[in-house]
Amino acid sequence: MNKGVKAIGVIGAGSFGLAMANMLAEKNDVLLYARRLESVTHIEAHDSYKGKSLHSRIRATNNMEELASRCNVIFPIVPAANFRSMMRELAPYLHPYHILIHGTKGLDMCLPKGTPQSANPKIDRSCIRTMSEVIREESVVVRIGCLAGPNLATELMQRQPAATVVASHFKEVINEGIRLLRTDRFQVYGSDDLVGVELCGVLKNIIAIASGAISGLGLGSNAQALLISRGMVEMIYLGKALGGDVHAFIGLAGVGDLVATCTSTLSRNFTVGYRLAQGETLSQIMATMEETAEGVHTVKVMKMLAENMKVRAPITQSLHKVLFEDMKVELALQYLMKYPFNIDVDFL
Amino acid sequence: MHPKPEPIEYTKKIYKPIIARAEYWPVMQLSRNRRSFIEEVTEASIERILETKPTRAALIEELETTLHREKHRIKQNAWAVDPEDDAEFWGEVQKLLVTISSDTNGKTTGQEKELLRRILYRYVEEIAGSFQHNSYRFARRAITFGFSRLLNASRVKGFSSLWSNQYSLQDKLHIAGETDHIRSLAQKGVVVMVPTHFSNLDSILIGWVIHVLGLPPFIYGAGLNLFNIGVIAYFMNSLGAYKVDRRKKNVIYLEALKTYSSLAIQKGCHSLFFPGGTRSRSGKIEKRLKLGLLSSAMEAQREMYQKEQKGGEPARKVFIVPVSLNYNFVLEAPSLINEYLKIKGQERYYVETDRYSNSYKIMKFLLKFFTRGSDISVSIGRGMDLLGNYVDDEGNSYDNNGKVIETRDYFVSNGEVTKDKQREQEYTRMLSEAIVLEYHRINRVFPSHLVAFVAFEMLQKKYDKLDLFSLLRLSEEELTIPYADFKATFERMRDVVVRMYHQNKIHVDPNLMGDVDKVITYGLKNVGMYHSKRTLMRDKRGDITTEDMNTLFYYHNRLVGYELEQHI
Repeated sequence: MNKGVKAIGVIGAGSFGLAMANMLAEKNDVLLYARRLESVTHIEAHDSYKGKSLHSRIRATNNMEELASRCNVIFPIVPAANFRSMMRELAPYLHPYHILIHGTKGLDMCLPKGTPQSANPKIDRSCIRTMSEVIREESVVVRIGCLAGPNLATELMQRQPAATVVASHFKEVINEGIRLLRTDRFQVYGSDDLVGVELCGVLKNIIAIASGAISGLGLGSNAQALLISRGMVEMIYLGKALGGDVHAFIGLAGVGDLVATCTSTLSRNFTVGYRLAQGETLSQIMATMEETAEGVHTVKVMKMLAENMKVRAPITQSLHKVLFEDMKVELALQYLMKYPFNIDVDFL
Repeated sequence: MHPKPEPIEYTKKIYKPIIARAEYWPVMQLSRNRRSFIEEVTEASIERILETKPTRAALIEELETTLHREKHRIKQNAWAVDPEDDAEFWGEVQKLLVTISSDTNGKTTGQEKELLRRILYRYVEEIAGSFQHNSYRFARRAITFGFSRLLNASRVKGFSSLWSNQYSLQDKLHIAGETDHIRSLAQKGVVVMVPTHFSNLDSILIGWVIHVLGLPPFIYGAGLNLFNIGVIAYFMNSLGAYKVDRRKKNVIYLEALKTYSSLAIQKGCHSLFFPGGTRSRSGKIEKRLKLGLLSSAMEAQREMYQKEQKGGEPARKVFIVPVSLNYNFVLEAPSLINEYLKIKGQERYYVETDRYSNSYKIMKFLLKFFTRGSDISVSIGRGMDLLGNYVDDEGNSYDNNGKVIETRDYFVSNGEVTKDKQREQEYTRMLSEAIVLEYHRINRVFPSHLVAFVAFEMLQKKYDKLDLFSLLRLSEEELTIPYADFKATFERMRDVVVRMYHQNKIHVDPNLMGDVDKVITYGLKNVGMYHSKRTLMRDKRGDITTEDMNTLFYYHNRLVGYELEQHI
């Protein structure tokens, strides 16, 4: 690798991280950070990893310092639960000239100090951080962006056409995202609503689980469509409670990503719902899944938020019962069908 | 690097000037080279305007808009301070513009730029201050002398009091906070002081503080309307003011103004901005800052980094120092709050009136202020870099984890300092948030603020069905609070405030400590003390009541934004 030219950094060798690394490698050298040394040695020695082929311009490291010094632009793509600790490891080597564009679709909870663990804490916006907010809190980096949109890793790996949204307060970051990712089979849109786009990616996972459950029950397109459109409304309510704007939700990162994850068996969150409906328990599913389904944690957080802030979120609440309170999927569906809705759209 | 809470007590210190010889003051050097500086600002402004109006057609359109607005101003809103040839000048501009814009075969190419240069030169000439050391010295002495005479006359009894030196200004105006820090920063780099703005007294007060701290004079933008009055114009000029004409809102003028400010900072002139824009009408600490002047500091810093030579002297850093001015009494409070309520009550257009800007009113206020007591404190906040990171005495920036940050890196893309307007806009927004946070941290709670806050909130709770306007309209009899209730709530609130002080979220005045009854009495006496209607008092039965809900609301607003309401 040429020493003078900077590489593009990717943190996380999960399926989405690998897919992004491959796409980035089409135009640039890529330095991929993996936490485990075995993964690094494997990636360095082979041209595929976990059955996925690797572009020849990808190198691997498990040294954060090296990553930060060799890359000006870094894409952190790790599960939300590990995001903060990953940032803490990386932060000492970061400078204000770094650009971070993350692709993590989960939330970080931070309760005020001294809150008892067991009690049902009162969750409001101040206890929740999006990943861009975690980056701000933990590092000196200010030029932050996020990636969201219908980007199922498997399809990206197969080099199928797709598109994404790069959101940031900084035009510079959006332009950098476009420059690095845009190809003739990958469209890149820009948005200045960073938090809105982050929330789209986060909240759609809830609906994806529910959609998987509908599918697992063997129900047809009418039910699926009902869920997706009402799910969209619920996302908007929850998003508003978190300070997001409606606009992002009707874009590629919102409805676009929602349609993709709610109809595809390739989605992890969808799979969780599907298997639940087939009669498996959450712990059985979690034990056999290779990667995190962010939606499960998101349901937990958003259920508490919805209750505390009195947001109407029947899908989230029913899912919570199914996931954590042993309710049968069929029963949850009955409950949803009895829920007194009457106005279709009241948020525009 | 996070600042620790300062002790509550005030200390009186004598500060030596950091630059003893006036000829080395940056502002002196600027005024010595006034002509060439004006030319420099003009040329830089031209470049900036051409950047946004790159084509001939766009520039001509901009010139036409400017002409139109200027003619309108001359017709509708002429001031004594305007130059005599104003109409003539713009008449000539019109003639030239007609020729230029009707030209279709390119004969006049280049003339539009020449016209822009002439207009800019005229603007910059008007904006540029003319700092005179002699008059600065005179003005400063006059102020200090005048102030201390008045002060001693009011406090020391007897005829000879007029010549007593028992009290100095520092007994009445307390300077607290990071005083040594700001002195150190002024030696390491360029300081941009950003105070809160409540009263017309502020700029005089700050001027005096700068002098007491031994800092060289700061330059600051003062409303052109103040220059209408001869005496004040003299003082303003001599204190390093440059002129800001709020009537001129055209792009060309605004660019000239920003460029002037930016280049003066780059020349090392410490500057003073009131980032809230105008005085706070509601009495709340400013939440939304005007980003125009702040962005000129941002730009100055980036240009300083751009001009930095490899191996040469490192670029100087610009330091933002928030300052909070704490008053018991704001002369303008009744009219300010009325304006605020008018705007809030009915969303209609209103004309800004500036009732206290003539010299008589200001003199009257000063007289009242000095002869009747009522302390003022000025809290100097911690310095920060342009991204709102705190700096140490050496001027090094630190992040939340105590790691040193290179401020230059914020302006770097792919290894080089680059200009990116949108990025700087965003940075300016972030900076303004940091300034607002610091305002809240260094704000000193006076007993008068807390009695006003507690009384108003208790009344609001008592009539929780009423909206603000109905509440303000209640009659005096309905507006009483039994003293025992008041005292209990006050004491609880004081505990909350003191707890917040220990968490470094707010600051407290020494008078707030000690026996509760005494503190309340002190607060009641001082809150809005010279308004014709008492803001708060005790009635015959000893209960708390008000003669003027509007000013009570005003003084109460000072503590809005800390979520103290929940403890009432």
